[in-house]
Amino acid sequence: MTHPLDHLPRAGHGSDSDSLEANFSDLHPPLTQRQAFIESQRCLYCYDAPCVEACPSDIDIPRFIREIAEDNINGAAQTILEENILGGSCARVCPTEILCEQSCVRNHDTECQPVLIGLLQRHAVDHMHFDAHPFLRAADTGKHIAIVGAGPAGLSCAHRLATFGHQVTIFEAEAKPGGLNEYGIAKYKLVDDYAQKEIDFLLEIGGIEIRHGKRLGDNFDLESLRRDYDSVFLGLGLGTSRQLGLTGEHAEGLMPATDYIKELRQSEDIGDLALAQRCVVIGAGNTAIDMAVQMARLGAGAVTLVYRRGVEAMAATGHEQEIAKANGVRIITWAQPEQVLLDATGRVAGMRFARTEPHGDTLAATGETLDIPTDAVFTAIGQAFDDASLSDVRASQLGREAGKIEVDGNFRTRLAGVYAGGDCIAAGQDLTVQAVQHGKLAAQAIHNEIMAQQEVA
Amino acid sequence: MKAFAQKPDVDLSIEFAGIRSPNPFWLASAPPTDKAYNVERAFEAGWGGVVWKTLGEDPAAVNVSSRYSAHFGKNREVLGFNNIELITDRSLATNLREITEVKKRWPDRALIVSLMVPCVEESWQAILPRVEATGADGIELNLGCPHGMPERGMGAAVGQNPDLIEQVTRWCKQYYSKPVIVKLTPNITDIRVAAQAALRGGADAVSLINTINSITSIDLDNMVAKPTVGSQSTHGGYCGAAVKPIAMNMVAEIARDPETQGLPICGIGGISNWRDAAEFAALGAGAMQVCTAAMLHGFRIVEEMQDGLARWMAEKGYRSLAEFSGKAVVNTTDWKYLDMNFQTIAHIDQDKCIQCGRCYIACEDTSHQSIAKLIDASGARRYEVIEEECVGCNLCQITCPVEDCISMVPQPSDKPYMSWNEDPRNPFRESVTATN
Repeated sequence: MTHPLDHLPRAGHGSDSDSLEANFSDLHPPLTQRQAFIESQRCLYCYDAPCVEACPSDIDIPRFIREIAEDNINGAAQTILEENILGGSCARVCPTEILCEQSCVRNHDTECQPVLIGLLQRHAVDHMHFDAHPFLRAADTGKHIAIVGAGPAGLSCAHRLATFGHQVTIFEAEAKPGGLNEYGIAKYKLVDDYAQKEIDFLLEIGGIEIRHGKRLGDNFDLESLRRDYDSVFLGLGLGTSRQLGLTGEHAEGLMPATDYIKELRQSEDIGDLALAQRCVVIGAGNTAIDMAVQMARLGAGAVTLVYRRGVEAMAATGHEQEIAKANGVRIITWAQPEQVLLDATGRVAGMRFARTEPHGDTLAATGETLDIPTDAVFTAIGQAFDDASLSDVRASQLGREAGKIEVDGNFRTRLAGVYAGGDCIAAGQDLTVQAVQHGKLAAQAIHNEIMAQQEVA
Repeated sequence: MKAFAQKPDVDLSIEFAGIRSPNPFWLASAPPTDKAYNVERAFEAGWGGVVWKTLGEDPAAVNVSSRYSAHFGKNREVLGFNNIELITDRSLATNLREITEVKKRWPDRALIVSLMVPCVEESWQAILPRVEATGADGIELNLGCPHGMPERGMGAAVGQNPDLIEQVTRWCKQYYSKPVIVKLTPNITDIRVAAQAALRGGADAVSLINTINSITSIDLDNMVAKPTVGSQSTHGGYCGAAVKPIAMNMVAEIARDPETQGLPICGIGGISNWRDAAEFAALGAGAMQVCTAAMLHGFRIVEEMQDGLARWMAEKGYRSLAEFSGKAVVNTTDWKYLDMNFQTIAHIDQDKCIQCGRCYIACEDTSHQSIAKLIDASGARRYEVIEEECVGCNLCQITCPVEDCISMVPQPSDKPYMSWNEDPRNPFRESVTATN
């Protein structure tokens, strides 16, 4: 299959690759030692701190910030990693502006601004220097747990299970572990191959094996996992992108944003990437913003993000929207895709949108349309897990809820011994930090169940 | 050039123990007053007076390297300062010559000479006429230096012995005609004893405090205190903002002691701004000496000190320092005279509260469990004082990061004043009621 953007020029054409690379350096530069120290002093060390309540992964934020202030970086890092083994990447990708930092008491008018919790967390994890791995593995239990997916949920689950002394095997479809962190986050949010480095650190705990190229429903199935392992955790990512459902969906010049972001993140030389001088991104979430901003930074002249509802309904946070605007991305609201406009050769030449307006809780077309000429269209209208992965006899018995896997409060699916967490379950905000928490709690639940069974036996 | 601006209509000039000064801010005897160069710069900056760094007999003292250390706050602000310097390490003749010249050039400024010589009459008899010849306005006896000099029988070794304080003061009054200020050491049990001894010796005033024996910090890598001289250290003299509460207590003790009441007091110890100066004055200090703040920020701080003090005085209607000097002394008493029937209770201003919970956890863990943590209908946290449990201890107010958010509210009471002496709960109640 040919690449949908092969006909476009390369990003490196006409510009030197060093300056292109520079466009993808850290979006928020890390704090210096001194900045971290000064900022840490701003933390009021709240009791029952609101930031902790707002953190999906239960990190004791006031404690780790106090540890930074007390010149105890390793202590701070350990405080973070004890609750969130992917605390380094979460510090970089978390929408702190709607989580911990939004809850900071220093948001009150009289307090200037919230403590920069995300950057402080990054500082602690970036500067830790342990002589030995800071987490211990309990004596081997002889139990072996299978995990599907080496994304944040699966890795977090694996790490926690390993600390309990269990053996873990992770089945991963892709060539690298990391899931969203490795393949789906804007390049400038996780630079310097950080996702891989963090996983290398995580795996130092031992007892975790990752088998790549293993796709559930393709070259292995749930039934065999249930047979061969003491328990199973499904940390499936969202493998497919939602489609526009329009004619021309598969034309050259149109592709899911996630596919492009994956290429971008994996590319050896971003100068080789296809560059759409004019491009349209359809969607309103962080993926849409990531896509639009990255295309602008690759050198696109006109990047337009189109959303069918108003700004206030956008899933991307205000902070993300600001990043888009700062990068020259034009945001058009109240317009929904109506037709992919093709040129004589069948390639994307533009996109026709129907103007919308609110009609009660639904959207109504106004009858007006809007044509935007473009070289490429990127869709970022949501993802779903690939149903094919859950098509075997056993997997089809998993309960479903809102198109995802149904679990109970302990991350148990309807199939005994099978747990699930992260993006593939209904509860959640599709955040890395949420996935980490699911994996961690599921590991605890799995451990409790296995050990209880052992006692009975 | 700045625009002409309205200045507060107050008179900052003082006459302290017979010494006149255009404002109450003097530089204390220390490195900033060790030579003409610094003192001239200080006078140019606006300081009302200086106490020239302590002179001694020749040969001059020899100092070590290094000499200072500090007790730092979290943002690297200096909370307390520490030094192991000795008295001047320049010759007596040089100092005397410069003192003479500076006094001639700045006749309106107070110039006091700090002195420390061995505790024998001949030594004082020899140096005092030479000091008098400089034209300086007075002398200050350094009976407080806590390091180095006491080992040689001087400084705090004298200040810790009331008989020696009295004796040395007497010699000075005998061989010197101008005001004699006795500088006291805080490294003692009861400052009143030292002040009484100075008064008996004929002192015109006392100044306090000198520095406090201290070790500010340890270099944990090399296991040696700071300041480090080679691989060793020694205790130094503590000063700076941290010592202000100690100094103010000692000033108040002398100010309200029946024996020393009315003895002029020059306040020293952590005075860093106009408010500190006003507080010392309120406790009876008629002049203030400053050192650490100037060493940390330069002589320019005197501008803010003068301006701030003048504005505050104008606001309060005080036209001179004398009008409020000592006003807080009458309200300083012994514990046994405090009103047992007075009750105050914390109140949290919910509009100002930022819900950090610091008051709650402090009270809950370490005090009286008198703050309730509530969650309102919207899920927002809210902290409320449980008034019946509150003893009015102030801890919540102190832990609150927001100024004026927690206030202590005096409770109405129909009970009359009752001291511990009168309190029926006091098993050792005195039969005759004392008053304050």
